[in-house]
Amino acid sequence: MTYAVNIALLLLLVLTAASATFLVRELMSSVFILGSYSFFLALVWAWLGAVDVAFVEAVIGAGLATVLFLITLFDTAPKDSRLRRPPPPLAGVVGLPLLGILLLFAANDLSPFGDPTSPANVHISPVYLQQSYADTLTPNVVTSVLMDYRGFDTLIETVVIFTAGIACALLLKEPGS
Amino acid sequence: MFEMIGGWLQRPNYIAFVLLFLWGIYIMVTRYNLVKKLIGMYLMQTSVIFFLVTTSAKQGATVPILLSTTEIIQPEVYANPLPHVLTLTAIVVGVATLGVSLALADAIYKKYGSLDEEEILKRLE
Repeated sequence: MTYAVNIALLLLLVLTAASATFLVRELMSSVFILGSYSFFLALVWAWLGAVDVAFVEAVIGAGLATVLFLITLFDTAPKDSRLRRPPPPLAGVVGLPLLGILLLFAANDLSPFGDPTSPANVHISPVYLQQSYADTLTPNVVTSVLMDYRGFDTLIETVVIFTAGIACALLLKEPGS
Repeated sequence: MFEMIGGWLQRPNYIAFVLLFLWGIYIMVTRYNLVKKLIGMYLMQTSVIFFLVTTSAKQGATVPILLSTTEIIQPEVYANPLPHVLTLTAIVVGVATLGVSLALADAIYKKYGSLDEEEILKRLE
């Protein structure tokens, strides 16, 4: 049952991603389909138990990224002007399938999906789950790690976003003003 | 060979990650429109984040918010919170870089009047 739900969600993801870039010619529709892809991604993450990540993806990924794309398209050309494309370069035709085969070949070295005893799940995360309430008095473990254990990381991240905002403002400034 | 396919069936999220990642690179390499390239970049970013979040899943586990703060905590009841924290940062920074690159595309359009890579190269000469 859960396996079937997972497969259905993954198929939705792959199909929306493919149609956002392949089926439609108008960039506006592409961007809207990409927004729906972000929402499906948020759905998958909520289903995997990552509710905080799902919130952020729904707000930042599906909301803000779509708005940024749309603002750019309102200022520029909303259509892909190219009617016929030249054949794709050799690197795309040969290199990418080879990379895919390599990645798929490595698949069996990963622990199976949802395995509670995988190395990622037993190494250090139980310590955070067991001790974070005593340390920070916050029931949400993600919040306590983000704001307390890794507070500096989050602080510097705001510096990154501030820098990105300044860069956008400088790039979009009218040349005369 | 059958073992390998059976292994893929146990890791469906990894297969989806590989498909989305390669699709994103392919779009970035083959499309000439700058906004299309950025759509490919966004697909790539989200696919890697998707893979990281997948490692946090545990069969039958709930969200990493403590159900009771007085009893002894069983770690296998909750999903692994660490990949969630790290990917939260990655999503926000990813969208920030996307914003900067979209602003660049806008500035290029204002200067050269096109979003097509080859047109821009032609007008540069």
